[in-house]
Amino acid sequence: MPSTYVLPFEKPIAELEQKLRELHRFSEEQDIDVSGEIRRIEEKIRELRRKIYSELTPWQQVQVARHPQRPYTRDYIGAMMREFVELHGDRRFGDDAAMVGGFATIGSHRVMVIGTQKGRDTKSNVRCHFGCALPEGYRKALRLMRLAARFGRPIVTLIDTPGAYPGIESEERHIAEAIAVNLREMFTLPVPIVVAVIGEGGSGGALGIGVGDRILILEHAYYSVISPEGCAAILWKDRAYADRAAAVLKLTAADLRRFGLVDEVVPEPEGGAHAAPAMAATLLAAAITRALDDLVRVPSAELLDARYRKFRQMGIWIEGAADAVPPGPRDADPAAGA
Amino acid sequence: MALFGKKTRYTSVTVRKRDIPDGLWVKCPGCGEIVYRNALAEALQVCPKCQYHFPMSRAERIALLTEPASWSEWDAHLRSADPLEFTGATSYREKLEENIRTTGHPDAVSCGGARIGPHEVALGVMDFAFLGGSMGSVVGEKITRLIERATAERRPVVIVCASGGARMYEGMLSLMQMAKTSAACARHRDAGLPYIAVLTNPTTAGVMASFATLGDVIIAEPGALIGFAGPRVIRETTQQELPPGFQTAEFLLDHGLLDAVVHRRDLKTVLIRLLDYLAPAGAAVPAPAP
Repeated sequence: MPSTYVLPFEKPIAELEQKLRELHRFSEEQDIDVSGEIRRIEEKIRELRRKIYSELTPWQQVQVARHPQRPYTRDYIGAMMREFVELHGDRRFGDDAAMVGGFATIGSHRVMVIGTQKGRDTKSNVRCHFGCALPEGYRKALRLMRLAARFGRPIVTLIDTPGAYPGIESEERHIAEAIAVNLREMFTLPVPIVVAVIGEGGSGGALGIGVGDRILILEHAYYSVISPEGCAAILWKDRAYADRAAAVLKLTAADLRRFGLVDEVVPEPEGGAHAAPAMAATLLAAAITRALDDLVRVPSAELLDARYRKFRQMGIWIEGAADAVPPGPRDADPAAGA
Repeated sequence: MALFGKKTRYTSVTVRKRDIPDGLWVKCPGCGEIVYRNALAEALQVCPKCQYHFPMSRAERIALLTEPASWSEWDAHLRSADPLEFTGATSYREKLEENIRTTGHPDAVSCGGARIGPHEVALGVMDFAFLGGSMGSVVGEKITRLIERATAERRPVVIVCASGGARMYEGMLSLMQMAKTSAACARHRDAGLPYIAVLTNPTTAGVMASFATLGDVIIAEPGALIGFAGPRVIRETTQQELPPGFQTAEFLLDHGLLDAVVHRRDLKTVLIRLLDYLAPAGAAVPAPAP
């Protein structure tokens, strides 16, 4: 899948690639050997790509994570796993196209794979709300996770969503409860859970399938409490400041690793997963398999304990002096702000 | 109906904010009436005209729900750090200092042990006045410790929720508090202990999508805004007209998402009654006061 969608900062690469194509055509038409020149340009492209992708700003990372040609959940399932048996529905209301799930085999592991799914075109995006799952999506995920747990199958979740679907029907069917119950129940499932953020990790909608024993994140994926646009709208009253917001939110894979919120950053091929999807899938499959190899050996009680402790230690605060009460009016009049 | 072909004459009085002496009177967002602030305080911060529930301070809430002198605060010494070194129009540090100054509290939740009727409970009271009741590391940690201690001491948990969601200024550290608090809920639940969530105006987003919705019984105050996504976001994303009363406590009750909507004056009675039924079997239930 050659990348045809060009991000603004990828333009210099695209220009060189254009030049390379022209050179190939010229060489064919004129029957002149320009292989030296071609090799030189190919090397230049590699170098430029390496340079650009090693210096991405947080906002550019977000753009890579949202690249329309980036591999999505179904692409990874297809490339990393075999014998996929897709399972549908939450048994209560419907089947959410934005939440994909089923049994699959990766390496030597028979697992339950669950992930949020984006669309490639208008039609598929209408069906799956641009990757924003509905309450029935989260409930379907939980149903499948419980099924996996009953039969001792590890769980792999793939996260790529801008967030849970913000709509009237979402609220009416209680999206908050669907996510909250998943968070609670994922701490009780006695099988290994490997979580991989493969693209966008959009807030609570991502976390709704994001509790696990190993949290992986692809090099150019992001995971954030709020979208950069939403944050910009709050801080600067203008979504156009999304680039600044992306920087202050510390949402890149490297930042999350630094704060101890993810276990492993999975490298992507040079130029991002969209530049070489097959290679991206190979790298991710290796990381997931490694994690599963480790986790299947851990007794389930230990697994659950470690999972609890893992999330229990998340957060950074100050243990102040026990008797220190901040100055100011204790309990200012509650109607003051009304 | 113009019976005599005459237009009704109205005397319109425009009351501008600056006409109202600051602090003495307050305009009710429910009915627009100007209410005497002292009268409001005596009426549990409920508008005498329309029953609009104003926010309560933590001290008022604790006084409303618990037995006199039964409250002992836990983990009051936790302070928010600024791990992201967050700067926007103003910095997180400045925002924290300002909110500590105006509320007199170090963060957005107070937790402690208390007695509600005959029941020794673990009580959390969130405060929307402190950075919108948002959940950062401190709120998440205090709620988690509250629930863990309740599990260890076999107490029921009662949390009075009020929050705009996860605290943006601590980024992903805030989001993970949703998982952390939910994990504590799982263990408390596994121990066979009850948890009652009281949703007050407003309870939304990350808090709603974690411990606020995990109560065995969930009750809400009348008119409270309760939901996951904000109404503006929903309108912008879906281009849909929102139904009347959307995301109010009553709307949720109609849709089967709440156990009850309870007026503030009845809240303590209802809590005691629920705890009477939910108190763990085998635990000593003190006889009600004569």
